[in-house]
Amino acid sequence: MAELMYREALNQALDEEMKRDANVFLIGEEVGRYNGAFKVSQGLLDRYGSARVIDAPISELGFAGMSVGAAMVGLRPVVEMMTWNFAILAMDQIVNNAAKLRHMSGGQLRCPIVFRGPGGAGGRLSSQHSQALEANYAHFPGLKVIAPATPADAKGMLKSAIRDENPIIMFEGERLYAIKGEVPEGEHVVPLGKADVKREGKDVTLITWSRMYYFCEQAAQELEKEGISVEILDLRTLRPLDEEAILASVRKTNRAVICEEGWALAGVGASVVDIIQSKAFDDLDAPVLRVTGLDVNMSYAANLENAIQPDAPKIIAAVKQVLYRQGA
Amino acid sequence: MASAYSKDLLLTMYRKMFLIRRFEERAGQQYGLGKIAGFCHLYIGQEAVAVGTNEAIRPDDYMLSAYRDHGQPLARGSDAGMVMAELFGRTGGYSKGKGGSMHIFDIEHHFYGGYGIVGGQIPLAAGMAFASRYRNEDRVTVCFFGDAAANQGALHETFNMAAKWKLPVIYICENNRYGMGTAVGRTASVPEIYKRASAYNMRGEPVDGMDALAMYETVKDCADYCRAGKGPVLLEANTYRFRGHSMADPATYRSKSEVEEERKNDPIPKLRAFALKKKLAADADFEAIEEEVKAQVDAAVKFADESPEPDLEELWRDTIVEEGEEDVRPRQRVLGHNVTNWPSYPSGQELKVTWDLEPREQAEKEDKKAGLVR
Repeated sequence: MAELMYREALNQALDEEMKRDANVFLIGEEVGRYNGAFKVSQGLLDRYGSARVIDAPISELGFAGMSVGAAMVGLRPVVEMMTWNFAILAMDQIVNNAAKLRHMSGGQLRCPIVFRGPGGAGGRLSSQHSQALEANYAHFPGLKVIAPATPADAKGMLKSAIRDENPIIMFEGERLYAIKGEVPEGEHVVPLGKADVKREGKDVTLITWSRMYYFCEQAAQELEKEGISVEILDLRTLRPLDEEAILASVRKTNRAVICEEGWALAGVGASVVDIIQSKAFDDLDAPVLRVTGLDVNMSYAANLENAIQPDAPKIIAAVKQVLYRQGA
Repeated sequence: MASAYSKDLLLTMYRKMFLIRRFEERAGQQYGLGKIAGFCHLYIGQEAVAVGTNEAIRPDDYMLSAYRDHGQPLARGSDAGMVMAELFGRTGGYSKGKGGSMHIFDIEHHFYGGYGIVGGQIPLAAGMAFASRYRNEDRVTVCFFGDAAANQGALHETFNMAAKWKLPVIYICENNRYGMGTAVGRTASVPEIYKRASAYNMRGEPVDGMDALAMYETVKDCADYCRAGKGPVLLEANTYRFRGHSMADPATYRSKSEVEEERKNDPIPKLRAFALKKKLAADADFEAIEEEVKAQVDAAVKFADESPEPDLEELWRDTIVEEGEEDVRPRQRVLGHNVTNWPSYPSGQELKVTWDLEPREQAEKEDKKAGLVR
């Protein structure tokens, strides 16, 4: 297996799917001649031409909506948002049109479209460019929301997303593009809606997704040195949530900590807690804890930026708390 | 040019306008009886826009609209009973009662929906037109929107792309002079909406929206223009709604005399007078049509009334497409009508994309000229 960067894995998925199906086209700011703001679309313009790799004007609502229209009549657009922060401008088209077309048409229409781009904190970018916005989209019926952590999942899930008949929201970690991992060549498809046990353990379950997975892994390695065995469940898909996998892991370890980059209030983790307490309460040996971003806007100052985000020490403290090894 | 109109065309247009008028009157009445809820935006007064447009384009051209969307599907040939059942929220409706008055969809007749967010359908139309070019089809897309939608960012973002990429889309602004209760001139710095096209180097012109034949002629010309690859068009159909913004609006913001004055311009008697004057049809032709349409609308109301409410099971359908799930064909489901023209799209393997949005050679030449490459 080749070792690829996250961005290369995504590039491979796009390339393979565009080769397989001429209905697939890519549109977004700087995806063509610039080869992608984060170089995900490197080389695609040369291979597929300007009708299939389209440099859009800076009009997020406009090109998102245009792509929804193209999907309504059978094309399969992949819309790159330069970052999800800018996609807030396109939210009306994603939420009011893409997510609702099938329902409002009574099952006549389908909208096979992928909206993808980097989410989460950047490095020292302050409030408007450093937001983990996945909870916003996970809220809406009619959408599927995915957030892969590893290059292999990134490739396999993007391929599944492009083939899916529904509107997909794909969060890539802005700080994950350069990480490396083994990626299977060719037809590697990861099903949507399935969580993945990234690390087996027996004392506590860490539930997470996207970039936070790496902090969890770091924490698990530290905790192992103290004899604490941590299981890491990477949700991968945030809508629909893989209830079965969440419950299976919690029933095994009897303790859970959820790590989420976004804000706590109305976050995805809150729904995971709800699933656990309503369906596996009797299996719990301790209250479920959450490690989330602080309930403030992101700062530019380095020390404040670090303090706002979850990290391995915060996760370790939460794990020890649910194991009653440490107070609150 | 007038001599070229056939009796059949004039009577078809008359029949459709009269159907929309009669349908909307009955819809208003059923709203009063509590059978229809929501807002229910009636089209009375604007019939010439939908009908003139529809007769000027092909049945396989795409069309979509805003929330005042009962007239256009009826002009396209949708079943009046199924549209009425949708307004009633019944299972016999086009969307099984899930869309209601603002969201009529009839894909069989290439009517791609009514949309409830002002201006929200404008980018969708450009995308449908984009798909036509992508597939080398000579279809045009017709997109209706109201005068107030012209002030939405969605319009300006879309016009920029549609004009830059020469998409075959006809935007028809139905300027009925009020955005809900606000007169156009109170919120628009340029109240002549068609002029906005000039900012995007696209064709823009006004047309008499109270005259079905003027609509017909103009849209026909625009459709040829789009099919020839010359780019998008903005038409401003100057029209008037005789009723309030919706059934919930008593329309006290305009004077009785204004409405009375506009009523003299009613497009339906106008078309009839034209046909009589040109001796293309007789009074008896129109009377027969009116009787037929009245019976048709009575039957539509009866059909809607007798159609059951959707099963609660329907709550769980039509949100996410499950693997292998087929799309719903409403007329087949409701009336047992055999649907032959349901759209099908070529698979990726058969499709050859030959269109270049930005021809490479030219782009490279420009780069060279700008000193970006050597």
